[in-house]
Amino acid sequence: MAVVTLSVNGATHEVDIEASTPLLYVLRNDLDLKGPRFGCGLAQCGACTVLIDGVATRSCVTPASAVRGAITTLEGLSQNGQLDPLQQAWIAEQVPQCGYCQNGQILTARALLNANPNPSDSEIRAGMEGVLCRCMSYFRIQAAIKRTVQQSTASFFNASPAEKTGAAS
Amino acid sequence: MSETRPGLTLPSEIADAVRSVNPATSRRGFLKASGALFISVWLGANPTERALAQTAAGSAGPYPIPDYLQLDTWIVIHPDNTATFHVGKTDGGQGTGTAYRQMMCDELDIAYDRATLVMGNTDITPDQGGSGGSDGIEVDGWPMRRTAAEARRVLLELASAALNTPVAELTINNGTIAVAGNPSRSVTYAELVGGRRFDVTLTGENINQIRGLAEVKPVQDLRVIGQSIPRYDIPAKVDGSLTWAVDVKLPGMVHARNVRPPVAGATLESVDESSVSGMPGFVAVVHRRNYLAVVFEREEQAINGARALRTEWTPPSEAPFPPSQDLFDYMRAQTPTSSSREVISGDPDAAFAAAAHVLEADYEVPFQGHTAIGPAHALADPSDGQMTIYSNDMKIYGLRLGVARFLDMQEDRVRAIYMDGPQVYGRTAADDVGFEAAFLAKELGRPVRVQWMRDEETAWDTKGPAYTFRMRGGLDAAGRPVAIEYEARALDYNHVGYNEPDTVLIAQLMGIRPAQPAQGGAALPSNQYGIAHQRMVGHVVSLPIIWETPLRCGNLRDPNGPQVTFAFEAFIDEMAAAANADPVEFRLSMIEDSAEDGQFRKARSLATMRAAAETYGWDSRPSPNPLMAAASGAIVSGRGIAYTFRSGTVVAIIADVEVNRETGRIFVKRLVCAHDCGLVINPTGMKYTVECGMLHGLSRALWEEVRFDNEKVTSVDWASHPTLRHSDTPESIEVVIVNGDPHPGRPDLPHYGAGEACHKPMIAAVANAFHDATGVRLRRVPFRPESVLDALRNQVS
Repeated sequence: MAVVTLSVNGATHEVDIEASTPLLYVLRNDLDLKGPRFGCGLAQCGACTVLIDGVATRSCVTPASAVRGAITTLEGLSQNGQLDPLQQAWIAEQVPQCGYCQNGQILTARALLNANPNPSDSEIRAGMEGVLCRCMSYFRIQAAIKRTVQQSTASFFNASPAEKTGAAS
Repeated sequence: MSETRPGLTLPSEIADAVRSVNPATSRRGFLKASGALFISVWLGANPTERALAQTAAGSAGPYPIPDYLQLDTWIVIHPDNTATFHVGKTDGGQGTGTAYRQMMCDELDIAYDRATLVMGNTDITPDQGGSGGSDGIEVDGWPMRRTAAEARRVLLELASAALNTPVAELTINNGTIAVAGNPSRSVTYAELVGGRRFDVTLTGENINQIRGLAEVKPVQDLRVIGQSIPRYDIPAKVDGSLTWAVDVKLPGMVHARNVRPPVAGATLESVDESSVSGMPGFVAVVHRRNYLAVVFEREEQAINGARALRTEWTPPSEAPFPPSQDLFDYMRAQTPTSSSREVISGDPDAAFAAAAHVLEADYEVPFQGHTAIGPAHALADPSDGQMTIYSNDMKIYGLRLGVARFLDMQEDRVRAIYMDGPQVYGRTAADDVGFEAAFLAKELGRPVRVQWMRDEETAWDTKGPAYTFRMRGGLDAAGRPVAIEYEARALDYNHVGYNEPDTVLIAQLMGIRPAQPAQGGAALPSNQYGIAHQRMVGHVVSLPIIWETPLRCGNLRDPNGPQVTFAFEAFIDEMAAAANADPVEFRLSMIEDSAEDGQFRKARSLATMRAAAETYGWDSRPSPNPLMAAASGAIVSGRGIAYTFRSGTVVAIIADVEVNRETGRIFVKRLVCAHDCGLVINPTGMKYTVECGMLHGLSRALWEEVRFDNEKVTSVDWASHPTLRHSDTPESIEVVIVNGDPHPGRPDLPHYGAGEACHKPMIAAVANAFHDATGVRLRRVPFRPESVLDALRNQVS
């Protein structure tokens, strides 16, 4: 057993676990988080996705003891009580059917937009390719990502010159 | 250990749905509530909190199913003039919960946002059977509408007495009844019955027949029905706050994983418990004949233990099945276990003899699986001699009854609580795992959570039956269809039902057998084609081993429809091409030649086909597209139509495909679906469910096949069992709502189902579009790139 320190959604946690324990089970069963879910245990489907320093990571194959960065789960995506623009778009586009995979869809989309704020349609497809949905809500997922991109582009063009250059902050 | 420990983790979606449960909702509750402390717990709790509180407080039940003849079972009016509806359904993510709430709000005359809905909790909601068959709106919506209408009638009578005014002179606005023309004289629903019971008994021989004295509203008076109200369940699925069935935790809970036979039909000879008993967190190895599970304190410990457990198995004396590449030859060589009666109209033999042109084709569809994104799971709590099962099983009442019989418990000591989970499009392994969790919980006397692993889910979940088809069609000299023959073979013997205590997987592995295996069935096509001479028949065939095998059939989304409609609608397309006719006009002409039926399927089929063609911009010409024959380059494109009905819902789909002749990849670029399901409760919700239903069909067309060698399934993960992905998603999807009823404004317009009808013709639409692009027929599902390249190389049609 080993004491592992994790930063999750802005809080620090210490857990005493076997070093090989996948992060997924620590998040779900020790920290009581519900966003990341077991889908395959093989890093093939994306249901277990979390962000580590903003990068989409499959928690089912990541040993908790190996994590050094800041972990964000679906629960931690909102800022100051405001849902992430992607989550708002997900509701506006009424994306989920069953919704079990949507944790991985939303977080992978967030990582995609972090790296490329204005992806083309084909970049969205490529960036999301590894996240599976067995209800086949893909068309709605892509619509929600496009809506987010369009709105952020629109707000950029509507922003003041200082805001556009970052001088306002 | 961690600094945060799970306590009672409660389903917030139910908490959101029911802010205050009124003790007047349940006479049984009053009888049971013996102390003030208990009542205070109960008053503030949502149904699942209440269930857990009772368990924690040492309650052993009983948990009878509420009486569906009592209006109070269905509808509760709260003191704050809001309402809660209790329905015996589940919502697998198709938005039916939102639709039920709309239907009941409309009949009760209360705003949508002043009502909540509770579903699928066997000791709180009446037994409507859970879900299945896309009949929630079509069938179960009627008792919901009628009970809400009856509640409204009773409230009007109470208001009449309270206001000393005849009912005819009263008006209702959102839960307030006023004297017409004198709004100051009014009374609210809450003032009339808030916090109290209606005490009204309904009549009806079964739950679908129940009614009071009131009639439902005519369509013209409906206001909430027909609105695209956003689904209430979506925000909590998007912000991470929803508690799913996978998330429920109970004090003392342990984790189990199954260990399956490595070969279908194998016998477990020995288990070496010492191979795992020294591992951290070990609780038990549980072993009954060929059922085997390990139980550990922590989830990852159970996963490691299941992998580490040393076992010895003896394979069966004969191969349990042929390898998947030989499956269709095997099926055609078998003597059927049963055959349907031949459905014959006219004189097909004479018609074929006289036909100017006869064509024949064979079609093949492999086993396809549910393969849920989240493997099957359940949590069972055995405390105090009762059994509570937390599950996403869509037939929650069947789960309760089946488990009671399996464990030899009184029915009212067992309850099942539906919570959200991964897709439940039919008879999934959610049934099997609920029994496993309950069995292990009873054995160990502790709450046990079981989840299947990926390989287990993909290999052992129930399959949609494999099919072979032989089709024959006759055209006269003018190219008109005069005869058709359809012969199907379904590998469907021993089709398992829902939650049967003698066919669930754990029962099979324990050696339990029903008196007779289910005969299964091979379905006939649903169409409205007036071909004068027809012969149709279906045969069922069997594999060598039918028990304790991963190749077991159960209902998968529209259980036979995608297979049957692929063969039938692809062959109709072959006949149209042989007649050098436009595929839409060819079908319209056959529908014109048919007789009308009680659901106006002829008129609605014509309207639906025309709506699809018009929306698409269909120009009349035969297939294949003559321009494509001369096309250079890798990519050719084509269009295809397929049509069917399912129950009362009529659907026509047009697919635009691009085929890469070098890679074999098919890309469906555009989909148009015309959809007539009568009165639509929530248009946007329905359209999005249809979108996803079509894409699920597309996944089955392009990718899905369960493969196996001659002893085990070899499709065990997402590499060996590919599914549709983001890159396969069409660029454009249009769903057109059609009302093709000959009396479209009639006040009793029925509401039919969605979700499965649109799934049904998808494979055929893709195959027909592929032919339009290439001139080649795809007659074996799925259309993976290697199969497409084979077809392009080998077939000149």
